[in-house]
Amino acid sequence: MEHSKGAAGAVTDTYAKERVWLLMPTWLMLSILVVIPVLIMLVYSFLTKEFRGGVIWEFTFAAYDQFFFDRGLFGDEPVKIEWTYISIYWRSIWQAGLATVLSLLLGFPTAYYIATRPQNSRAVWVFLITIPYWVNLLIRTVSMKFLLRENGPLNDFLLMIEVIDEPLRLINTALAVQLGLFYSYLPFMVLPIYASIERYNFTLSEAASDLYATKFATLTRVILPSIKPGVIAGCILVFVPSLGAFLAPDLLGGAKNFMIGSLIEEQFKGSAGNWPFGAAASMILLSMVLILLMVFSRQQKKAQPQGGQ
Amino acid sequence: MILYAPLVIVTIYSFNDSKSIITWQGFSLRWYFDMFTGPESAKFKVAASNSFIIAIVSATVATTIATLAATAIVRGGAARYRTASLGLLSLPLMVPEIVTAVATLIFFNTIGFSRGLTTIILAHIVFCIPFAYLPIAARMQGIEDTYEQAAMDLYATKRQTFTRILLPLMMPGIISGYLLAFIVSLDDFIITNFVKGAGVETLPTAIFGAVKMGIKPNIMAISTALLLVSVVFVTISYFVAKADNKNK
Repeated sequence: MEHSKGAAGAVTDTYAKERVWLLMPTWLMLSILVVIPVLIMLVYSFLTKEFRGGVIWEFTFAAYDQFFFDRGLFGDEPVKIEWTYISIYWRSIWQAGLATVLSLLLGFPTAYYIATRPQNSRAVWVFLITIPYWVNLLIRTVSMKFLLRENGPLNDFLLMIEVIDEPLRLINTALAVQLGLFYSYLPFMVLPIYASIERYNFTLSEAASDLYATKFATLTRVILPSIKPGVIAGCILVFVPSLGAFLAPDLLGGAKNFMIGSLIEEQFKGSAGNWPFGAAASMILLSMVLILLMVFSRQQKKAQPQGGQ
Repeated sequence: MILYAPLVIVTIYSFNDSKSIITWQGFSLRWYFDMFTGPESAKFKVAASNSFIIAIVSATVATTIATLAATAIVRGGAARYRTASLGLLSLPLMVPEIVTAVATLIFFNTIGFSRGLTTIILAHIVFCIPFAYLPIAARMQGIEDTYEQAAMDLYATKRQTFTRILLPLMMPGIISGYLLAFIVSLDDFIITNFVKGAGVETLPTAIFGAVKMGIKPNIMAISTALLLVSVVFVTISYFVAKADNKNK
């Protein structure tokens, strides 16, 4: 992995004259199919809804108003704050947060274990961790659903070893959603943490223990600060996709565990059919994610100069 | 390994002889035959061929675009272009998938593009580009430009240097980028579900539709088959990258 010398020499300007043309397809594709659509979505969120899907080109704040305020059925009652949607967002944050904690608890020891293996077997371990990520997310969620079913293998197994007397109701609970999210995004937690532990210079811990630091003190004072960027990156990589997840809450959570993803989907594909509202809900989700990423990249920049790299 | 348990269990149960998914009635391949001959097989065959067409076209286009971009970013100098392009490239990875899905749907609707295979392919190309780009750029950064310098000293044109020297050297990166893009396209559900027109199904959307009615054994066989395709592709991609590291 350590061919940094070659890497430094390989960034050249051989194709400087052609670069604009070489980059053109990328620029065009991404700006036409990502940047412009997001801008149009922003516009849509201020338009008037048409009843079978679609929009009428009339400017209004109605979508955002519907999201945050409750004006009663006919819009003439005193304005109250509408909690339905805010609580869906709050629940999504909560679910995504718990899934993140769960994957941190399991991902950290795994990453640590892999990083302390001999050089050759590390690559194999990393490969084993990444395989499930490349397997269809839908299939993974479906297999989770299958596993957690009322007469599914997990309950059968627990009954057999007599830990429980009757099947646990796991499917359609918040726990099932968290497990699903955790299961979907665990590799995202393990890989960045692994990368930062691998870069960590273990002689530092030896130095710490030579200076009479306890094992715990070495972990919290020496190891953790230097791998913090990796841990934060892992948390972001799990939290962000969990927040907008659709499959796990939809297949594992049932109607009670509605999350942002399902709310948005329902505006376009489902019965609700309110495009401006769906656009507004997407904009709110996107802003949340962008703010989070901005805070994160600022943190990373701050950590870089003193990070000992 | 928690990561593998659910997948292994589904694989095992896909060999179950029973018509219900609850009881185990012995080993059998009947659901795999059902995949080709069963009452729902026609629907899934169409979905599968759609999925593969979409994956092949989008992976090919995305890999081509990503190779050009990698050449410009790694070998094109000018840090300003590099940061801007990398920012643009990472967009599909940062924006939540459901937001991209909504935005793309609205976009196609606004310009009056009717939804179908073409819209799915366009949307897939976009999110495949970063996945194809990463291994290609990583590979190119590992190639020293002395070979190219030598070629040019020997009066090779820039085009010849690119096609005869740089491209062959980059091949492992390009192959692994292509395979990753292919799998990402094959696996996508959320964006496909939004931009597909009525009646057009891919394997994931067909599976999702069927699962909504309950998990049936034929679904488990299809899932296992799809799972196998992903694993094989990732493994090939891994070994292409690895075999190549040894050569150096």
